[in-house]
Amino acid sequence: MAGKKGKTGLAGQKRMGGWKGWGRELVRNRMLYLMALPAILYVVIFSYIPMGGILIAFKDYKYNLGILKSPWVGMKNFSYFVSSGKMWLLTKNTLGYNLMFLAAEVAVRILFAILVCEMCTKRYKRVLQSVMMLPFFLSWVIIGGMAYNLLNYEFGTVNNLLVQLGGERIDVYNNPGVWKFIFLFVRLWQGTGYGMLYYLAAITGINTELYDAAYIDGCGLCKRIRYITLPLIMPTTCMLVLLGLGGILKGNMDMFYQLVGNNAVLYNATDVIDTYVFRSLTTMKDYSVTTAVGLYQQVIGFVLVVAANWLVKRIDQDSAIF
Amino acid sequence: MKKSKEVIGFQAVALSLTTVFAVLCLLPILYTVTGSFTPERELARGLKLIPKHWTLEAYRMVWKNPAGILRAYGITTALVVFGVGAGLIMVTMTAYVLYRKDCRARRGLSFFFFFTTLFSGGMVPYYIWMCRLGLRDTFGILLFNGLFSVFYMFIVRTYFTSNIPVSLVESAKVDGANDFIIYLRIVMPSAKPVLATIGLMQAIAYWNNWSTAAVFITETNLYPLQFYLYRIFQDASLRQKLMEAGVFVNGSAPMESYKLAMTVVTMGPVILFYPFVQKYFVAGVTIGAVKE
Repeated sequence: MAGKKGKTGLAGQKRMGGWKGWGRELVRNRMLYLMALPAILYVVIFSYIPMGGILIAFKDYKYNLGILKSPWVGMKNFSYFVSSGKMWLLTKNTLGYNLMFLAAEVAVRILFAILVCEMCTKRYKRVLQSVMMLPFFLSWVIIGGMAYNLLNYEFGTVNNLLVQLGGERIDVYNNPGVWKFIFLFVRLWQGTGYGMLYYLAAITGINTELYDAAYIDGCGLCKRIRYITLPLIMPTTCMLVLLGLGGILKGNMDMFYQLVGNNAVLYNATDVIDTYVFRSLTTMKDYSVTTAVGLYQQVIGFVLVVAANWLVKRIDQDSAIF
Repeated sequence: MKKSKEVIGFQAVALSLTTVFAVLCLLPILYTVTGSFTPERELARGLKLIPKHWTLEAYRMVWKNPAGILRAYGITTALVVFGVGAGLIMVTMTAYVLYRKDCRARRGLSFFFFFTTLFSGGMVPYYIWMCRLGLRDTFGILLFNGLFSVFYMFIVRTYFTSNIPVSLVESAKVDGANDFIIYLRIVMPSAKPVLATIGLMQAIAYWNNWSTAAVFITETNLYPLQFYLYRIFQDASLRQKLMEAGVFVNGSAPMESYKLAMTVVTMGPVILFYPFVQKYFVAGVTIGAVKE
């Protein structure tokens, strides 16, 4: 989305004679620069200055000493992160969950996009789509509350249903094993209605003449989907998957936290990097180690995004983010 | 075209699968709503879609002690109004500057903004810096967090580039309009669709945000709506507080139905407005996809 990296600065200087040229530009377009100033200040204060705080990851941060005066400790915070076993656990959970979500999301979204597209009742279709999108706009606090009402041991609706069907109650809040399924279900429940819009847009973009031609050639519906729809939404799919892979170390913090909360029984099965960082902020844990964890996430995430973008660019120049 | 058996079969499957999914989407919401009208004693045996008895007990309780929720509503409404207002102004002004081809720093500025989406200092340095700025426990941090979105800014920039011809700006310039007037009179009026979409996306983000308050706010008077609700869910001493506030029926406070009623009160506006604004959210998917 952004332009090519800031090469223009140098080239521009040569063209207009160094600082003088830029000075003249600032005066000439002063109104434009004034208009961009609030956003520039905002980004400096809320994004760039905090980047400097990464130093904390290499220090033993003491509140009373401040960032600069706290003593350096080299890579100690990182080695603690590794040796405490947290790094492996958090990375495994984060990658595992997010890869599972990504794969399931792509499949389910495409499935529903095709189903919705092929439906013939226009008005009913619109109502259905609205309802399917609704969960996307509920806050995670509300979804967390709903999940509790449905799942809890004493009076949860799902548990009551299990009993009625002759099964046994499951104490999900003390049972780490079931959470992958719960997360997956909630993720799909919340995101499918909105997420399938990307695929719907791609499908409606397909030239209908192709379908007509296929029909005349005697292709059935399933064959049309198999040989026209799916191949033609491949670029969109590839792009969304790659972008999803780029952000695989982040995201869904709200869901993990609101569904599980500070339930220590479930940490090993449900803790991801985001929730770990968030929890240590709200419970005042070791800031230095947490910064190190955050930096680890940022650096790997950065590499992944750049790699994903490079791949997207090779497939489809126009879909690349930068 | 005559419908073959295959098509009819497929449509039957499509119809039933999507209907099942839609019902699943609706069920938890329906359970919450009817649950909030269910007497506490019946709730203890589990949520029912259609309760045997209906009661307004829980809502009476919300109504008896409205100060907290009203204040939370006030905070969140103020956040949406000021946040979206200021956010849209900043986003459109910046997008306009980056859209102007005669702005020589636009490439550099683009990268300056874009880089923040690739890399950040992480939560802890952000937290420490915000505390240093004295924003902890202020309305300011709730407002500033998420005020300006680089992502939205690029969406608007793309919208400008593909919808507003440069010649329009140039001729206005020849007529002697200054850059701000061009923004106000020419660019903004034609940006209404994208503004609606982005404004609504930001509004819902403010409305649903709870994590900023969880990190930065300890002052009860500053709780925004979602965090207020979260605290009610988490509050182990809620029963006692309700009793002390004198809101109890038949000797015990209807705690679970109170929580459900609070949930309904909290999600009410979203559900009510949703049918009218839904189309703008749908547009959000494609609006940023148009490339230069």
